[in-house]
Amino acid sequence: MNRPEKPFRRKLDIRNGRVDLSHGAGGRAMAQLVADLFVAAFDNEMLSAGNDQAAFDVSEGRMVMTTDGYVVSPLFFPGGDIGSLAVHGTINDVAMAGARPLYLSASFIIEEGFLLSDLAQIVGSMAAAARDAGVAIVTGDTKVVERGKADGVFISTTGIGVVPEGLSLSADAARPGDKVLLSGTIGDHGIAVMSKRENLTFETEILSDSAALHGLVADMVAAGGPCLRLMRDPTRGGLAATLNEVAASSGVGFRLEESAIPVRPQVHAACEFLGLDPLYVANEGKLVAVVAPDHAEAVLAAMQGHPLGRDAALIGEVVADDNRFVQLTTAFGGGRIVDWLSGDQLPRIC
Amino acid sequence: MCLALPAEVTELLGDDMARVSLDGVGKEISIALVPDVAVGDYVILHVGYALSRLDKAEAEKTLALFAEAGLTSDAAQ
Amino acid sequence: MKFVDEFRDGALAKKLASRIAQSVRADRDYAFMEFCGGHTHAISRYGVEDLLPANVRMVHGPGCPVCVLPVGRIDTAIRLARDPRVTLCTYGDLMRVPGSNGTSLMKAKAEGADIRMVYSTLDALRIAEAEPGREVVFFAIGFETTTPPTAIAIKLAGKKGLTNFTVFCNHVLTPSAIQNILESPDVRDLGTVRIDGFVGPAHVSTVIGTEPYAFFAEEFEKPVVIAGFEPLDVLQAVAMLVDQVNEGRHEVENEYTRAVTPEGNEVAKAEVAEVFELRRSFEWRGLGEVPYSALKLKAKYADFDAEARFDLEYIPADDNPACDCGAILRGVKEPADCKLFGTVCTPETPMGSCMVSSEGACAAHWTYGRFRAASRVKRAS
Repeated sequence: MNRPEKPFRRKLDIRNGRVDLSHGAGGRAMAQLVADLFVAAFDNEMLSAGNDQAAFDVSEGRMVMTTDGYVVSPLFFPGGDIGSLAVHGTINDVAMAGARPLYLSASFIIEEGFLLSDLAQIVGSMAAAARDAGVAIVTGDTKVVERGKADGVFISTTGIGVVPEGLSLSADAARPGDKVLLSGTIGDHGIAVMSKRENLTFETEILSDSAALHGLVADMVAAGGPCLRLMRDPTRGGLAATLNEVAASSGVGFRLEESAIPVRPQVHAACEFLGLDPLYVANEGKLVAVVAPDHAEAVLAAMQGHPLGRDAALIGEVVADDNRFVQLTTAFGGGRIVDWLSGDQLPRIC
Repeated sequence: MCLALPAEVTELLGDDMARVSLDGVGKEISIALVPDVAVGDYVILHVGYALSRLDKAEAEKTLALFAEAGLTSDAAQ
Repeated sequence: MKFVDEFRDGALAKKLASRIAQSVRADRDYAFMEFCGGHTHAISRYGVEDLLPANVRMVHGPGCPVCVLPVGRIDTAIRLARDPRVTLCTYGDLMRVPGSNGTSLMKAKAEGADIRMVYSTLDALRIAEAEPGREVVFFAIGFETTTPPTAIAIKLAGKKGLTNFTVFCNHVLTPSAIQNILESPDVRDLGTVRIDGFVGPAHVSTVIGTEPYAFFAEEFEKPVVIAGFEPLDVLQAVAMLVDQVNEGRHEVENEYTRAVTPEGNEVAKAEVAEVFELRRSFEWRGLGEVPYSALKLKAKYADFDAEARFDLEYIPADDNPACDCGAILRGVKEPADCKLFGTVCTPETPMGSCMVSSEGACAAHWTYGRFRAASRVKRAS
């Protein structure tokens, strides 16, 4: 090799190439991957500066910070992919504090052999999701592990945001008499992902509800202000897990009306067919809010006025209960507990 | 036990297979156990197999029976 | 969903409930056993018991194939899955069922065993076709509903010439289990359970028909009403049972006429008879050895029998001695009577079979009865 080497002599072969160990080794190949793929797609000054960190000024007030790992299988599903999910999910965790999200970081763990075209698609949808949300991805990291040591790609994102003055949302703030608001239909994401799982395939037009909720949250904050007790996005474990967590943190119970909880007919049908309960199925673009009773109507109206809250509904209320049970009045007319999910939610035959 | 649901046959695929729809959710299933079904029939679907045909007339009769019980109880109230 | 939602109608439920309330006699109580876990599930999921008069009690029976599979068979499946040649295909329900010494298929999978959840026997066949180098074993469980699909898969494997597909057969029979509950010595000895009638199986009956129940309706003088798994079906079945008891009748009646005929599904019965034969005896979790209560592959299909191919030896294993599942499965005891219930035995860490499946009596009581008990306490105070 006597010829002088130019940096990135050959273009990254996104169409046919694969990620190999050199892409994570800290050398020229890695620099090229970062420059041609990540920096090009995320396209912001802080990232382009090429530092190992992003520097920015912070505003007055309370900051929030959150981090989340994304390991979804399959990586591409109807209505999104792991990239859009990694942006929406972390923005939502910031937004659930009532905060305005500011910046994201992204860390990639990529399996050797992963198609560069798939990676480019994922990075592209991350960039689009971040751009649509108005939240820049300002720093990141890339690692490549040997084949078999990861499932394609894992993404971790961290987000920071700032909470408006006077707002203090917390899982221990629910009080008896408070109302429970849900921003829309449940189970869409979980069913969309499951429909593409190996050995389970079924055909459905259901799309993941993956979406960034901070715009909806801002409208709710404007309408409810300090009367918002808490917000949660019911992801893994669904609405059931979220409300059980809140019940435990706040030392209260919930009483829900099954008929008030919106579920799409196809999600309902898919759940019946898999033996699942939509209350336990994951969502990625929904939130549940606990609101002081006298402001519930105003907050609900604000939700219904936002495109991501069109189907919002009042689904129940907080009750005093030393057992911290989440109770449900069934549409049939009986009552039952909505318990924590036991183990993984597996398709059942019986 | 034995989770099973009524599903509508939407297409016969040959080789004892058919496509069914549950409120728009589609699935390919075996009709080896109910070989003489036709498109538009409802079958009871269990673990990927049609177990029996659903008799629409009998379903209506049963629903009518429920309603009748309702009438009886209304009359008594 | 058509033919589903109509059978979950809350307004009709109120009417049926008031019809039952008018029919029951004030001077007696009624205990009905729903044999199937499907009914148990419907009762707890829809809160059906809230709609029944106080003197009508539902006793949860043993009709959950996950619940009645003995520890020894789970152990065998785990041993099989640990064989490096083997890919074990199973219905999702079985993954968390406890074997001996705190093992389960879920844990064996975490340790590296190749265990795959499938929705259908057809999926297991597809895996066998796609991976000819693997010994694909289907872990077959279930009553008369799941048996015909196993039979079809075995015959298809034969037709396709698959030599790497076998079935670990654990199919069991409903009528013999019901009979065992009625004849069981501890029921007679303890004498604490009284069953005035049975809600008969829904989907099992689509296959076997209504005829097999005639024997014990007559022999044991107990009414049987075969009912669908929707909550209105259950209410209607209770109404029909109350009528039979009040009138001193003990007949087999069919509420689920939209799917069940007197003779059942002749094609399915013929397929099962072609592939399987009776076992002399089979162990049930909670019920012990029950004669002629299960099926095995006929010698003619030995090539597809995992027990033959892998020379599987059955080693019985004991349940936790403090576990009352046996008595609970028979309806002799209620979940709350068991010392383990809600203490060491919860849906997260099930000790006994009744807590494993969401259809088990203990799991149903955990998610529903607990709440009833708690609200009773609240009302009393």
